[in-house]
Amino acid sequence: MSEPTTLGSELTRALLERLTALGDDELVLGHRDSEWTGHAPILEEDIAIANVAQDEIGHAVLWYGLVEQLGGPDPDRLAFFRDADEYRNAALVDRPRGDWAFTMARQFLFDAYEAELLPRLERSSYAPVADAAAKVRREELFHLRHSALWLERLAHGTDESRRRLTAALDELLPLLPGLLAPLPGDAALAAAGVYPEAAELADAVLARVGAALEAAGLARPTLEPPADAAGADRRQRPDGVLAALLAEMQSVARSDPQAEGW
Amino acid sequence: MTVTDRDPLAHEDPRRLAEFEARIAAGEKIEPGDWMPSEYRRQLIRMISQHAHSEWVGMLPEGAWITAAPSLRRKLILIAKVQDEAGHGQYLYHAAETLGATREEMVDALLEGRAKYSSVFNYPTLTWADVGMIGWLVDGAAIKNQVMLAGCSYGPYSRAMVRICAEETFHHKQGQEMVRRYAAGSPAQRRMAQDALDRWWWPAMMMLGPHDSDSPNTPLLKRWGVKVKTNDEVRQEFLDEHAPELLEAGLSIPDPELRFDEATGHWVHGPIDWDEFWRVVKGDGPMNAERLAARRQAHEEGRWVREAMAAHAARAASATGAVPA
Repeated sequence: MSEPTTLGSELTRALLERLTALGDDELVLGHRDSEWTGHAPILEEDIAIANVAQDEIGHAVLWYGLVEQLGGPDPDRLAFFRDADEYRNAALVDRPRGDWAFTMARQFLFDAYEAELLPRLERSSYAPVADAAAKVRREELFHLRHSALWLERLAHGTDESRRRLTAALDELLPLLPGLLAPLPGDAALAAAGVYPEAAELADAVLARVGAALEAAGLARPTLEPPADAAGADRRQRPDGVLAALLAEMQSVARSDPQAEGW
Repeated sequence: MTVTDRDPLAHEDPRRLAEFEARIAAGEKIEPGDWMPSEYRRQLIRMISQHAHSEWVGMLPEGAWITAAPSLRRKLILIAKVQDEAGHGQYLYHAAETLGATREEMVDALLEGRAKYSSVFNYPTLTWADVGMIGWLVDGAAIKNQVMLAGCSYGPYSRAMVRICAEETFHHKQGQEMVRRYAAGSPAQRRMAQDALDRWWWPAMMMLGPHDSDSPNTPLLKRWGVKVKTNDEVRQEFLDEHAPELLEAGLSIPDPELRFDEATGHWVHGPIDWDEFWRVVKGDGPMNAERLAARRQAHEEGRWVREAMAAHAARAASATGAVPA
């Protein structure tokens, strides 16, 4: 197992970018999920979605914590004092929460991605990543069960639920490659065994998603693996959706320069 | 029973009523299958469902700040807190169901404006510091009431209160920690904390219910061990604990007549604006319309989801039934 000091400056830079992207995906998705707290279709789902939101935000804290260990800013600094153009989340997670079908379909896609990502990260040559992945994986198992059950319920519920689920997937599936695409430094990380190889991970996720949709009686989508350049999506913020999310999220934290903390 | 009964006990069998009251006098808990006067059942359904509604509506004022919580830790704590309120609501609805009420009836009564919930949730949360002040004062007041209700004669309600109080105690500590920090923080944080206290002090005092002389249910509820203290007694406990703590934190309590009475060892407060209390209870508080509208909107937008769940469950059940064992 490598120690942080043995990464070298190029790998450290690449890992910082990757850890930031991992944390940003979790934070932004957790934030969107948390918007349901108090507004879910049944009280039991208020409880469940609040649980998922806490877990995702908790995972962001873990990934951001590794950034800090490598000499980056602390987690609150990362979350509350970067602008949209400095965030590295995929567009999939920052889209507005939509209806329950949209939220559950998005959660399912993200859970399916993590179900493939995390076991691979547990084998990372960089021990802190492997340890963090082991912690995250235990919770993600429950998320996948929850969102997969909703996929099944909505697919085999009423005509309306199926129509809404299909519409949500039509909107979300084109964004999946953006989640899977490698960042510029990922190839070097993969060569060092720190992070999984992008194409192999993408194939596994797409196969898992395709099989699950087929099992739910939905058309198996034609899922293209991401183009190499798709990772650049994480830097492009064409529509202001993320900026609006951050403006709200960071409003109190940035409101008082004299405050020593909250 | 009918609502026109002058004496709600007139139609009860005197022998059974005497046995029931003897059990309560002996400190026994009444359990769901036990005989009970219909008025006892009615009062408990009323109280427990109001309590459940308070948790459900109470998710809204604080929940509004989840997306703006200023640190990752505060964000996690707040989501967990609002989640706890959902859990309490669920637990209390179940407790009321043990008396024969259904969740659907109770929810409909709330959404149609026929049921009450705690007056305190009809005030707006205007700044982030309100989240801390609600934790300290509103949860502080709720704990006083719930500790009292943990001694209630109805088993399921009593047990729900024991469990809920344990979680509320965390909320109270978290709120207190937050407000104390802001009260000792930057000038803007101090202003925010004081402003929150100015707006939440009286609603918190009022949420413990009308003055004893205006609380017609209290004598019967005390006789049956449903309430073991009066509203004013619980309010006094809240005041005695919170007044000195708020002052020690460096905040001023918006009651010019507030003083400590050396002779009795109790704090004494100035007059409560009961007109405001009754206005809010009757639906004319600052946020009554918004709170109910938010609950109705979530209910309406969730309707298709609940229908899908039911259809899926029915399909799964019939599929299982179709397969011979």
